[in-house]
Amino acid sequence: MSRDWPLWEVFVRSRRGLSHIHAGSVHAPDAQMALRNARDLYTRRQEGVSIWVVPSSAITASSPDEKDPFFAPAADKAYRHPTFYDIPSEVRNL
Amino acid sequence: MITQPALAGYALQLGDDALIMAQRLGEWVSHAPELEEDVALGNIALDLLGQARALLTYAGEVEGRGRSEDDLAYFRDEREFTNLQIAELACGGFGEEMARQLAFSSYQFELYQRLQESRDETLAAVAAKAVKEVAYHRDHAAQWTLRLGDGTEESHRRMQAGLTRVWPYTDEMFRPDPLGQALARDGLAVDAPELRRAWADYVATVLHDATLAWPQTAAAPGGGRQGLHTEQMGHLLAEMQYLARCHPGARW
Repeated sequence: MSRDWPLWEVFVRSRRGLSHIHAGSVHAPDAQMALRNARDLYTRRQEGVSIWVVPSSAITASSPDEKDPFFAPAADKAYRHPTFYDIPSEVRNL
Repeated sequence: MITQPALAGYALQLGDDALIMAQRLGEWVSHAPELEEDVALGNIALDLLGQARALLTYAGEVEGRGRSEDDLAYFRDEREFTNLQIAELACGGFGEEMARQLAFSSYQFELYQRLQESRDETLAAVAAKAVKEVAYHRDHAAQWTLRLGDGTEESHRRMQAGLTRVWPYTDEMFRPDPLGQALARDGLAVDAPELRRAWADYVATVLHDATLAWPQTAAAPGGGRQGLHTEQMGHLLAEMQYLARCHPGARW
């Protein structure tokens, strides 16, 4: 039956103000059931306040072969990193 | 004070419903159509087990004979269990299970919703927590009923057959019971017959949307509230109580 049920990627937002973060994936016959399966698998220990499900087939991913052209040029440009600022201690989740 | 034995008996009825349904649902783990559904049914079973623990513990307290939740769950015999028979029916196919879940969780939903207003603080608190859980159980069953009923010819046939098998046991949920009736007069409990209409309205809407027919079946004799059970109950208890009785006091 797995052949019939498509795969869905699950994104969970743990608190208001944070982004949805990829939690994993579930099989489900449609989007509504995918939401429910995701709720059962990824939020039963109070991990979330919001869930997104996206058909896995709708995701375009970068390929490992493209790793160098995609990511290597970022390595030696320290001036792009905001590490020279002091972050006030009251600001969380930055 | 004459209400104490009635209150204990009533909490036991609701606790037994939840306990026996939890035990049955647990059987689905590793047998459901998909891993995700194993988890869903297992979650529902755990919700029900939580309700059963609270209700049996309370029944034991009110009864005042020093019986714990474990004593009540593992060391009573079949005739002392007062659950509705619909909870104990052996698991059939998935469609049949969804038919049972639809009927049973819709019943629990209407019951707990009203029981939140109970003048008994413990029953009201248990109901307030449980009604949110049961709303999800009901939705889960309704979602599947819609998909199977309005799915393929084969899924429709199986879902309808499941309803036909389960429906004779739904009448028992709404029969007047002396305990519930007496306590309801004092605002402590919910009188079962008053749930029938709201239950039927909800279930009829789901069946209609799922292109399924309301089963025209005769009511089963029932008697679960009086400790009369179907043949399948003894097998269920044997499995549920075996460990506790072979190894009294066993712990994880």
